[in-house]
Amino acid sequence: MELVTPAIGLVFWMLVTFSLLLFILKKFAWKPILTSMKEREETIEKSLQEAANARAEMQKLNQQNESLLAEARAEREAILKEAREIREKIVSEAKSAADEEAKRLIARANDEINNQKNAALDELKKEVAQFSLQIAQKLVGKELENNDAQKALIADQLSKLDQQQKATA
Amino acid sequence: MKFTVFVVNCAPIQKPAPNKQMPYFSVLFSISRLQKFLLSLLFYAFCAVSGYASADHAEAHHDEKNAHAEQKMDPGKMILEHISDAHDWHLWGHTSIPLPVILYTESKGLSVFSSAKFNHGHDAYLGFRLNEKNQVVWEDANNHAAIYDFSITKNVLAMFVAVIVLVLVMLSMAGSYAKRKGLAPKGLPNLIEPLIVFLRDEVAKSSIGPKYERFMPLLLSIFFFIFVNNLMGLIPVFPGGANVTGNIAVTMVLALVVFITVNFSGNKYYWKHIFAPDVPKAMYIIIVPIEILGVILKPFVLMLRLFANITAGHIIILGFFSLIFIFGAMNTGMGYAVSPLSVGFTLFMSFLELLVAFLQAFVFTLLTAIYIGMAVEEHHHAEHH
Repeated sequence: MELVTPAIGLVFWMLVTFSLLLFILKKFAWKPILTSMKEREETIEKSLQEAANARAEMQKLNQQNESLLAEARAEREAILKEAREIREKIVSEAKSAADEEAKRLIARANDEINNQKNAALDELKKEVAQFSLQIAQKLVGKELENNDAQKALIADQLSKLDQQQKATA
Repeated sequence: MKFTVFVVNCAPIQKPAPNKQMPYFSVLFSISRLQKFLLSLLFYAFCAVSGYASADHAEAHHDEKNAHAEQKMDPGKMILEHISDAHDWHLWGHTSIPLPVILYTESKGLSVFSSAKFNHGHDAYLGFRLNEKNQVVWEDANNHAAIYDFSITKNVLAMFVAVIVLVLVMLSMAGSYAKRKGLAPKGLPNLIEPLIVFLRDEVAKSSIGPKYERFMPLLLSIFFFIFVNNLMGLIPVFPGGANVTGNIAVTMVLALVVFITVNFSGNKYYWKHIFAPDVPKAMYIIIVPIEILGVILKPFVLMLRLFANITAGHIIILGFFSLIFIFGAMNTGMGYAVSPLSVGFTLFMSFLELLVAFLQAFVFTLLTAIYIGMAVEEHHHAEHH
């Protein structure tokens, strides 16, 4: 029976000890321990959150980088294309200018040739008339005094010849 | 072995969550592996010492050549002596540590002296003597004046040792938190933190609810006080071996603390539930006394459960050991033959007691948390009535 009869001394000492234990542990152990544990849990949670945020940020940066890169590539393409166009334009312009110059030169050369030819023909006509007169004078001698009539006849003959020549040409 | 009743749980556990609890139990087992080994070593040592002590005992009594000469061992008496409180701490044979006796009587006032003066109950001192139940009584049998015994008994000393160990461990743990602020826990916190987290998340948070933080210091103190005392009670040599948590006075004070905490933190819904429950007025005559009885019964059951479980564990272990000496008294050979079996059973029981040491501390704390939870719960659905 004494097993289930609480002894007053033990009750007293237990009350004193447990109250002291509760006080000491509450103040010097449980409070710091629970606070530290809570703080650490919060720190861990915060760190994980921060890591996730950083990862998202990095992904965003990566995407930005890629888009920047793509943009730069497109720009390069555009610049190259423009340069190619400009080159082609310059080349074609130069080509057409050269063509025109060549045409102009050829035309001038033709004109010169024609002029020279005409001049030469005129000279030749004059020479032929002269020669013809001299020949005729020599042939006919002094009988032919009226030079002017003779000259007109020759000029008439020559123009006929000229016409024939033109017709044949 | 009538005492093998393990009153584990009477009240409903609100959230069983077995999966979540498993890791904590496994941690406990891995922690106790070393302890188990040490404990088993200690048991062998104890076994040897006990054998030697009893031989010593027998010799000593032979020398006296009195009525004690052919005295047989009385296991019942031995067990009862081991599980009850004492004014000296018996170590082995006739060696025991004397403890201070502090008495208060109206006639003599305060008397303080060493229990060695009683000479194991053979002598009287200052008019006091020890009776056969190890209690201090008047030498004069006709004197019936009250004696208030505030002695530092075996249980008080064991409790002091346990509390000092507990305080040192917890303070060093708190110190290690302060020292390694912001770093990962190392050493002691890793051992104890799972228990604290378990109590906080699975016991306090789930039973009390959002107001749990106010009750954490009490719950943790109760749990670790019971747990450390239970474990120390399993150590068979000097600073351990006392039956502190198996003493009704200790469990009574713990239950009283729970009773006071629950009823002082009870809100209006708690008191309404007791004195004005939602039943027809005519039923009050039956319901209200039952509810009031329930208020007292809850801590009372806590007190009995812890006391019965721990005492039963001690009795069983001592009972198995007694088998050696009971058989040894019949025939020396039989005593030797029975001893391996007896040690094996005791070892098994010690493992079981390690579990019980945790389990009873846990159950006491869980039920305390549930009772507090019932007292502080806000009944929003009550507004419908």
